[in-house]
Amino acid sequence: MGDKYIISEIEKDHILSLLEQKKRIDGRTFDGFREIKIETNFVEKAEGSAVITVGDTKIIVGVKATLGTPYPDSPESGVITTGAELSPIASPYFESGPPSNAAIELARVTDRTIRESHCVDLSKLCVVPEKHVWILFIDFYVLNHDGNLFDAAALGAMAALATTKIPKVKVLDDGSIEMLDEKEPLKIDHHPVAVTCYKIDKYKIYDPNFKEERVSDSRITIGFDEEDRIVALQKGYQGTYKPAEIMEIVRESLNVSKTLRKELMKSLS
Amino acid sequence: MAGDGSVKLIDEKGIRLDGRKVDELRPVNIKIGVIKNADGSAEIRMGKNIIVAAVYGPRELHPKHRALADRALIQCFYRMSTFSVSDRKSPAPSRREKEISLVISNALASVILTEKYPRTTIDVYLQVLQADGGTRTASLTAASVALADAGIPMKGLIASVAAGLINGQAVLDLFDIEDQKGSGDLPLGYCPVLDEISLLQLDGVFTVKQFEDSLNIAIKGAKDLYEIQRDALKQKYTDIRAEVEVPEKPKVEKPKAEEPKTEDPKVVPKPVLKVEKPKTEDPKPSKDDKKEVE
Repeated sequence: MGDKYIISEIEKDHILSLLEQKKRIDGRTFDGFREIKIETNFVEKAEGSAVITVGDTKIIVGVKATLGTPYPDSPESGVITTGAELSPIASPYFESGPPSNAAIELARVTDRTIRESHCVDLSKLCVVPEKHVWILFIDFYVLNHDGNLFDAAALGAMAALATTKIPKVKVLDDGSIEMLDEKEPLKIDHHPVAVTCYKIDKYKIYDPNFKEERVSDSRITIGFDEEDRIVALQKGYQGTYKPAEIMEIVRESLNVSKTLRKELMKSLS
Repeated sequence: MAGDGSVKLIDEKGIRLDGRKVDELRPVNIKIGVIKNADGSAEIRMGKNIIVAAVYGPRELHPKHRALADRALIQCFYRMSTFSVSDRKSPAPSRREKEISLVISNALASVILTEKYPRTTIDVYLQVLQADGGTRTASLTAASVALADAGIPMKGLIASVAAGLINGQAVLDLFDIEDQKGSGDLPLGYCPVLDEISLLQLDGVFTVKQFEDSLNIAIKGAKDLYEIQRDALKQKYTDIRAEVEVPEKPKVEKPKAEEPKTEDPKVVPKPVLKVEKPKTEDPKPSKDDKKEVE
């Protein structure tokens, strides 16, 4: 991130002096989350969708499924691709144009959490090996940016995937595919969530709002599955960590992941 | 990460397909100054990886509005050559390349004294000529050496290497086949002088214990790699010394070379000045600048 996101020194000092007293600007604890709301099936035309709000951060996630050809090295696997757009609609700091590095990072880190958790069995997305497989496009549009996009995006993506329904298909004699009106739900085997720990000076906080995120020196996003395994990790920004600090964050984030998963499961029940 | 057990990657004695132990680096060779036009450059060969790093800068940044008022911008451009992998890579920059460029830039920015060069850019170009697994870490390792070669002041060198999981076991520095068949990958960028982690990514499935083991094995590997980086930088000056000392009479010159300052100015031969160089420049990236920031 460049210097275009300006925050005054006095505000930064204020945030820091509060942290010294174990307080945050909006009164939360260091690992306290803002209210999380997940609304699924928001867009009828999408195969799956969800709107997620975390405080004032709002992201809409849509899943589109199309039939396509598999990659030559995995002829019996479907494909999941993830895209993110940081649209100028969401923040005065976002610009139009091709995806920024920040958008690419958001998409790819969320993609890793989904892919490596094997939450969707890609082999079940295969219709005819080497010829026809389902390709799931998961796309996020950030509608309002008030910090912590990584955690929100992963929650939204899982909620959208878990409510995705894919058309049933019939393979005709000539090898072509007929799409039926009937749809069946996509089977979800795991429910990973992403937890991002932000470091401001020596303090570690979760779910920052925009101002807190802006003054952060570094962040670590970790994807956890429900068996407490790490499935993705990304260190962001230019700050650094001592090795022991990393392990501390892993253990702390693991606890936070359980709260997030509860929210996710609540929205799906 | 397929994680299938169809290929046996480690035998009963803990020896891997290419004969290495689990915590052993591939053979590494770093050469300094491979690109004449660049301000600093390095080529790294690690296993079958061949990567060239070139540094240009600090120099003026275009467009100017991107310049940072109080420090230099660090821009890395990690690119894979089309022929570097088995199936031709499309020459268009991929999202993967952009993400890797970003994390490498962030890692390097953490050690470079960017505040010394406000409103400028330091550009680091990383070209993968042949890929054999672990190109992002080898690129960061080479970039770090190229920056030192360019004389950019840094708090320390970053050594970068990945650890991975094979059959649940933490293993250092995966090569191509291990990377594809293993069940996890943990690239690390680590500065041994500062004991700081500046790049960390992960994909695959790790328990917390496996993660901790992998992190430790990667840190140990990075420390080994750091010695190779230092040796490569020293080698550059040893080579210069060898080059310039040939025409001199070595035995008579020696005592003089130790104390160049007291010498009569007209006797001071050019080579002596060059020989002096390693003393001032070599420790720079590691120790002197660390003190400066502390």
